[in-house]
Amino acid sequence: MVPISYYLILSGILFACGVTGFLIKRNIISIFMSIELMLNGVNLSFVAFAAQWHALSGQVFVFFVMVVAAAEAAVGLAIIISVYRTRETLNVDQVDLLKL
Amino acid sequence: MTPALHLWLIPVLPLVGAAINGIVGKKFSRQAVAGVALLFSGAAFVLVLSVAFRFSSLVTPYTETLAAWIRAGAFQADFAFYLDQLSLVMLLVVTGVGLLIHIYSVGYMWEEGGFYRFFAYLNLFMFFMLTLVLANNYLLMFIGWEGVGLASYLLIGFWFTKDSAASAGKKAFIVNRIGDFGFLIALFLLIKHSGSLNFEQITQSVGPLSPETSGAGLLTVIGLLLMVGAAGKSAQIPLYVWLPDAMEGPTPVSALIHAATMVTAGVYMVSRSHVIFERAPIALMVVAIVGTLTTLFAATIAVTQTDIKKVLAYSTVSQLGYMFIACGVGAFSAAIFHLMTHAFFKGLLFLAAGSVIHAVSGEQDMRQMGGLRTKIPWTFWTMTVGTFAIAGIPPLAGFFSKDEILWRAYQTSWVYWAIGLFTAFLTSFYMFRLWFLTFFGEYRGGAESGHENSTQAHFAHDDTRAGAGAPAPHELGIHESPGVMVIPLVVLAVLSVTGGWIGVPGSLGGGNRFEKFLGPVFHSTASAFSRELPSTGETAPPKKGADGSESQTGRSTELALTGISVLAALIGFGLAWLLYYHDPQLPHQIASSLGGFYQAVVHKYYIDELYATLFVKPLIAGSALILWHGVDRDVIDAALDNSAHGANQVSDSIRHMQSGNLRSYAGWVAAGAAGVIAYMVWMGTR
Repeated sequence: MVPISYYLILSGILFACGVTGFLIKRNIISIFMSIELMLNGVNLSFVAFAAQWHALSGQVFVFFVMVVAAAEAAVGLAIIISVYRTRETLNVDQVDLLKL
Repeated sequence: MTPALHLWLIPVLPLVGAAINGIVGKKFSRQAVAGVALLFSGAAFVLVLSVAFRFSSLVTPYTETLAAWIRAGAFQADFAFYLDQLSLVMLLVVTGVGLLIHIYSVGYMWEEGGFYRFFAYLNLFMFFMLTLVLANNYLLMFIGWEGVGLASYLLIGFWFTKDSAASAGKKAFIVNRIGDFGFLIALFLLIKHSGSLNFEQITQSVGPLSPETSGAGLLTVIGLLLMVGAAGKSAQIPLYVWLPDAMEGPTPVSALIHAATMVTAGVYMVSRSHVIFERAPIALMVVAIVGTLTTLFAATIAVTQTDIKKVLAYSTVSQLGYMFIACGVGAFSAAIFHLMTHAFFKGLLFLAAGSVIHAVSGEQDMRQMGGLRTKIPWTFWTMTVGTFAIAGIPPLAGFFSKDEILWRAYQTSWVYWAIGLFTAFLTSFYMFRLWFLTFFGEYRGGAESGHENSTQAHFAHDDTRAGAGAPAPHELGIHESPGVMVIPLVVLAVLSVTGGWIGVPGSLGGGNRFEKFLGPVFHSTASAFSRELPSTGETAPPKKGADGSESQTGRSTELALTGISVLAALIGFGLAWLLYYHDPQLPHQIASSLGGFYQAVVHKYYIDELYATLFVKPLIAGSALILWHGVDRDVIDAALDNSAHGANQVSDSIRHMQSGNLRSYAGWVAAGAAGVIAYMVWMGTR
């Protein structure tokens, strides 16, 4: 059996990739995908612990996260389309009307 | 128990009048304003009369407690009124003369702006003055004391658009503060000494004590501080400077507040505190010396003044000095007697002077008057009565009261008597000078152009006419005042003639009923005082009993002194006649031959300039440099400014964190999360 530390390390790597992508990417879709990556990194650690402790609650949490992520994706993509229609760009540095 | 006298109504009635006129009087017609003011001051007078009739059957002083005011431990001060013979006399003077001056003011102020304001202030003054007189403890008295100061300030600065009037009001208020400071400290010391400010309790606790003949004890200090307060309110040296300037106010105000009533509050207060003063011979001596110096000093200044109201103002200061001499030699009833007669004749003189000013369209310089005798006969005759009364010509009021003071002063020390006598001569001289200059000779007014060239035009307040509220011009027609002004003059003239007859001394065949009437106030403690001190020494004032026990030689001495003082008055009359009627050129020659001394007197001994150099300018400089620039600007303002500036700087430096760049915020969040995780890991592995 694969030790849990392997899963956790992979989970940490995925999360770190997500954070890094979130911080350095300018394209709003890439940022969006980075968020999904972070969520899935966390999901991986949930299921790993669920398998380790033979508890179902971790897996239930993952389902919840996936449901929320799907809803978020729907709303987020709608916002992205709306932004692109009005601003004709997906570069977040140029979407700065609220900045002083 | 005696029937309720409802003393509280006496001060409250004018207060109601003041409230009505002050709050809604602006919408009233002049008739309504005058009606309200006269109704309430008249009602107070009627009430005082009824109280006087009912009180005459009472033996003991009457106290009426309205409500508890301050109760702190053993100390207690109530809203309580106290009626004895002394406060009754004061009540009659204040309400009686006050009512007459209210009536006069209706005529005098009729064409002025702020008619309702004037009567509201006047009624307010009556309220505070009656509170002062009726209070049964020093603290309530102090309320009235401050209140009359306030009313005085408001009324001196009545024509507040005129700069000189506004600053005269300020001067009166500030100079009075100095006196009030002394009064307040005296009250604190009294609480320390007796544990009470109630007159009766103080009498009980101080009464048994023997006089502080050697050195200065607590009572001497209290007495001296009370005298500081009295000097401020009653315009004695060194605090007299505000009173002549107070003549900037309307003339009825000068008559009511700055001649008849308020300025005598100091005399009343000293008389009320006679228990303390009788046990502090040094303080009493200071009172007498201050009075003597003031009476002489002010009389000499009055001789050279050319403004008709200023002459009367310095004359008031001088007469108040007489009252303090009387207090200082222990003749308190003589002081109150002179206070009363002075209220009559000085009120009369001021009102008559106001009538003269009214007649000549606001002119106050006596050199611009003259020959008014036939043009304004009523004013002339009433003023004549006033002039003869203040000069001490028998049998008018001033003769009896002044003579009583001189006689008592002589019994203590001939120095007081001699200076008082010389002042009596000066009084007679400057009053007849005023009389001759105003009413006799040729009319010198009307030559407006030559006015500016006069060397002393700066001292005469000829800017009065330019002021916004100065009496309206009457097309140069010299005219008698309306009846509403003449009637108070006539009543006061009658009182100035007859007022002295209630105190005819024994030497002239009278019974001195006034002193007997006041006897219970001053005698109750005086008898205990003389029992404890059988041999009245130099420092202790000799207490002549009210039973007229002086010997036959004393009586003949008194008669001789009376003759001398009448002679002095007649010499004053003669000199004034010679200089200002018979040979009008002579005064100029005398003035130029006196040279520097005359100039010093004309400039009021440069006292105002001296005070300005010694106190006012250093105070202003100190306030500006140390308090304003140093404390206020560099400490208080700087603390506020610097803290604001510091907050600004700190915000400015951390403002850069809020870049508005979303990813930088995410970076901060990530860094924070990393920090928290690192901390948890570190804690877990420790």
